[in-house]
Amino acid sequence: MPQSHTVASFDEELQYLVRRIAEMGGVAERIVADSVAALVNGDTDMAQRVIAEDAELDRAEREIDERAVVVIAKRQPMASDLREIIGSIRIASDLERVGDLGKNIGKRVIAVQAMTQPKKLVRGLEHLSELALTQLKEVLDAYSSRSHEVADAIRERDEEIDAIYTSLFRELLTYMMEDPRNITACTHLLFCAKNIERIGDHATNIAETVYYMATGSQLPAERPKEDETHSVGATSL
Amino acid sequence: MSSDDPEDKWWRGPWAEGASWRLRRARYPLFVAFVLTLVLGLRAGMPFVAFGGFVLVLLAALVPARSRVERLAARHRNRGGADEVAAAQRAVLAAIAEPAFLLDDTCAVVEANAAASALFGPVARGAHLSARIRSPGVLDMVREAVAERRTGTIEHSDRVPSERWYQVHIAPLDEAAEDAGRFLLTFQDITEARRMDRMRSDFVANASHELRTPLASMTGFIETLQGPAKEDTAARERFLAIMLEQAERMGRLVEDLMSLSRLELRAHVAPSDRIALVGLIEHVCDALRPQAEELGVALAFTPASEEAVVLGDRDELIQVFQNLVENACKYGQSGERVEVSIAGPADGSDTPEGMVDVAVRDYGPGIPAEHVPRLTERFYRVDVETSRAKKGTGLGLAIVKHILTRHRARLIVRSRLGEGSVFLVRFKRA
Repeated sequence: MPQSHTVASFDEELQYLVRRIAEMGGVAERIVADSVAALVNGDTDMAQRVIAEDAELDRAEREIDERAVVVIAKRQPMASDLREIIGSIRIASDLERVGDLGKNIGKRVIAVQAMTQPKKLVRGLEHLSELALTQLKEVLDAYSSRSHEVADAIRERDEEIDAIYTSLFRELLTYMMEDPRNITACTHLLFCAKNIERIGDHATNIAETVYYMATGSQLPAERPKEDETHSVGATSL
Repeated sequence: MSSDDPEDKWWRGPWAEGASWRLRRARYPLFVAFVLTLVLGLRAGMPFVAFGGFVLVLLAALVPARSRVERLAARHRNRGGADEVAAAQRAVLAAIAEPAFLLDDTCAVVEANAAASALFGPVARGAHLSARIRSPGVLDMVREAVAERRTGTIEHSDRVPSERWYQVHIAPLDEAAEDAGRFLLTFQDITEARRMDRMRSDFVANASHELRTPLASMTGFIETLQGPAKEDTAARERFLAIMLEQAERMGRLVEDLMSLSRLELRAHVAPSDRIALVGLIEHVCDALRPQAEELGVALAFTPASEEAVVLGDRDELIQVFQNLVENACKYGQSGERVEVSIAGPADGSDTPEGMVDVAVRDYGPGIPAEHVPRLTERFYRVDVETSRAKKGTGLGLAIVKHILTRHRARLIVRSRLGEGSVFLVRFKRA
């Protein structure tokens, strides 16, 4: 925030919210990265750690909510201050959901680790999670710098994530049809892929909230989708 | 920090600071006095007496105790020294090549050097460290080290956009310094060492998986040649031909895996040479024309209307376009022509401003939509049989993606079944 308030403790309270959100973001990023790593390597210890870590996010979300309500009650904020507080409540709940989804992947690791998964599938999941993590990192960076210009790039990548998810879905179906013994593992993997895709959606939500916080207006409606066009690989420019 | 000396402005001196402090402390008595003044002045009809009384109270509040004036003056003198210390700290920080932050005892960033700003983005002074570094491991380590005034070290890795590892170190500045309570946080890049370790294990994992099939088939043929087909000359000739083919395939695989590993080693360093795309792509097309003609494909090249220069690595870019054009010729063979073109916004294409597109278009069977987003994954093949028959390793586009990620360029694939595909590389103009 460029300007400061006459009441210095108000600034401190807002700063507290910003700091906690950033910390939550860090934990959420780690949960997502670790849960997918645990899935790929069949590492149950790491999966257990991920599951335990989610409690931290739940606690942080409750604290942020409480603090935010107290600040609203005490200071009666207006304009950008109010958006700041509302935004932090929204982002906290999105990040908490991201943590839940990561935890869910962690739980599934324990269920599927007995079976060996085809390499190709695992690569697909890794690719998917790489994109979701990039999304998450970019929105959190945008939150720290209050920049609203990332929104477009984020939406574009969201389409990419959806496309990969669809492709993984078909592949998993094929495996299940090939051999009914694969069904248990494949269903778990399918849910994992779905969870990662949902994480991407939450990142998009956060991007919309950041846009709202920075500009005070809602993001314009989705651009029309270009048919049969997919962009793959590489970074944003 | 302004450059002018604060001593020569009376409203900034110790006296003014003391006065404002005293006024703030006495704000409630003053307020009561003010209300009394109003009441006395308006109701009791004694405005002058009331006003005089208020002025007296105000003056009493302003007269500072002697000891406090002295203390304030001393603090003010010290601040001149603190400025010098801060300048020295800044200078030292700027001279550190690694990303470094100077933190105070609340984990707020006092100063960040250029390397830190380049890596984590510019950081406002006084902002909490978590505005730039979210890693819970690093934050916990910093918090503990600051609370206990001790050193701390942790390893930290960033996974996106390209994997990097850091040794993060925090140390308190000397206690005896004028400005105690400061901490130096440094990031040492250990990516290269880590990548070397990983490269070995990745290589073994990938190679063992992919080399198993050709190796098994070779072993089978050798066993047959030793046993049942020992004296069969015709079979021997045929088997040896197949074995040679398998050995060549293994050779290509090893070659591709090596170049992929080499690329990963440098993935985090952006290239800086200025490359003229027109000449480079002309060269690639000329080199591949005989091969294309052998496949019955006509290779055409259309340069852009303006000069297209990008930042890049010549050899790597040649590899990108070689792979793309080769793929187009192989998999779009049925279309009998491949068009390579460079286009910028001036050529009436949909290229955004400041970008330049290189398109490789074939008129082959096209790629089913569900495969398109996954083409750049290692060993992902749309059709395993065709790929094997065309001597593909399943790594060509993975290599392309790695190179383009390093160049911060995008690969856009547009494909329509029955009409062909376009592989478009979008660069930022240099």
